[in-house]
Amino acid sequence: MSETPPKLQWRGIKKAFDGAPVLRRLDLDVAAGRSLVIIGGSGQGKSVTIKIAAGLMPPDAGALLIDGQPIDLASARERRRLAGRVGMLFQGAALFDSLPVWENVAFRLINADRMARKAAKARALEVLEKVRIGRQFAELYPNELSGGMQKRVGLARAVIGDPEILFLDEPTTGLDPITGRAINALILEQVKGLGCTAVTITHDLDSARTIGDEIAMLNDGVIVWRGPAADIDRSGNPSVDQFVRGDPDGPIKAAV
Amino acid sequence: MTDIPAVLRPVRSVGRSVLAALRQAGAVTLFAGRGVAAVFSPPWFFGQLGRQILGVGYFSLPVVGLTAVFTGAALALNIYTGGGRFNAEQIMPQIVALGITRELGPVLAALMLAGRVSAAMAAEIGAMRATEQIDALQTLSTDPYRYLIAPRLAAAVLTLPVLTLVADIIGIAGGWLVATKTLDFNATVYVRNTWDFLQSWDVVSGLIKAAVFGFIVALMGCYHGFTATGGARGVGRATTHAVVSAAILIFAADYLLTSLFTHR
Repeated sequence: MSETPPKLQWRGIKKAFDGAPVLRRLDLDVAAGRSLVIIGGSGQGKSVTIKIAAGLMPPDAGALLIDGQPIDLASARERRRLAGRVGMLFQGAALFDSLPVWENVAFRLINADRMARKAAKARALEVLEKVRIGRQFAELYPNELSGGMQKRVGLARAVIGDPEILFLDEPTTGLDPITGRAINALILEQVKGLGCTAVTITHDLDSARTIGDEIAMLNDGVIVWRGPAADIDRSGNPSVDQFVRGDPDGPIKAAV
Repeated sequence: MTDIPAVLRPVRSVGRSVLAALRQAGAVTLFAGRGVAAVFSPPWFFGQLGRQILGVGYFSLPVVGLTAVFTGAALALNIYTGGGRFNAEQIMPQIVALGITRELGPVLAALMLAGRVSAAMAAEIGAMRATEQIDALQTLSTDPYRYLIAPRLAAAVLTLPVLTLVADIIGIAGGWLVATKTLDFNATVYVRNTWDFLQSWDVVSGLIKAAVFGFIVALMGCYHGFTATGGARGVGRATTHAVVSAAILIFAADYLLTSLFTHR
């Protein structure tokens, strides 16, 4: 039994919107350097789970711990400090429309780390190359890129600050299977290369099996199963089995 | 809880509206406080400030200028007509100058900005909210108040007085044009009468009003955009609310400031 605390812990997290509970009591943790994938149906609280962990949304109750230390999500200073330790790839990439590709990637270096623009650009171009975005695209604006390229730029922006924890929100949603697999491969390469802890939320089981060391299933605001990614097909959990089979009948109610 | 006598239901609904209005006023005040605090605390984003000054000021010059010239011209005609009823046509240059500098210059420039800038701010920030760009800013260790709100507030407060000064000059010129070309006023006398009559406070009070209106325009645009919910429809709603609330607040502030300056 290791004495090292988990890198990231959600402890008894509760969150409701307009009185409707989304997270009933979330207890989950990820060990340092591991990749956890959270799966679950639409509206089950997956995005809320990582938004709380990224400091974008305060929980109603419970605690978030990093390296065993509680993070006070009500404090703006704590949230800023937390932001310095994490990177996040958003579902729609969330690139800044008004900035060219390179400046999107270099944003943290220029605006938060106050690095000189020339040095930041050089670093951004290096990272863009790692996600297979050539220099010829660096001066383009996000709306001039395909969805897959936007995701890659978003990934480059998320990893440029060498984050301790990387959050990935539906990294392959809306992409064709080939581009989706290319993104998965890039994520794996970046996560392993950085040695960071990764938390991904996805509906895409192919993606979950590829990038996850472990998979956790969120249903009705609680974790109903957790195990190695290799065990997802033999979990023995009715919710997971239904999700894997894509069966409309079962404990998970389809959000229609 | 809901079972109250029918006669009291209108009271309940008025109460709810009052509470909702107070909540909204409280939220706007808190937002304004955070925005103003961000203006005065580093880091400052001068690139953003420059971009906003260009957008709010430079690109608004044509619309403000055109509004001012036609308003000045129309005002001159109206005062000439009104003055003619008691043989006082000759005071037209002075009244045009007073009306433009103290009232119409700042109010019209602000209303033009409410339509042009407040709407654009609400739409841009609202779209950023809808596409998670504001969340992205936070994960990139950048305070959205400092990066998005502070430059817009500062740009509008700095720029609207300059635009108003331009509107004052163009508005008075509009009056001069009508007076000299269609009403047989002497061009030199018109300018001298205007110049001799105007006091520096007439212009300065208009510029102070303009700075306040600039704050209102930017605050409404930023607040409604920042708090937009519900995707594209929410952004559209935010834009409408920004323009309408900015216009109403400009008129309310105009009355308060005019009343304050009149008793000075």
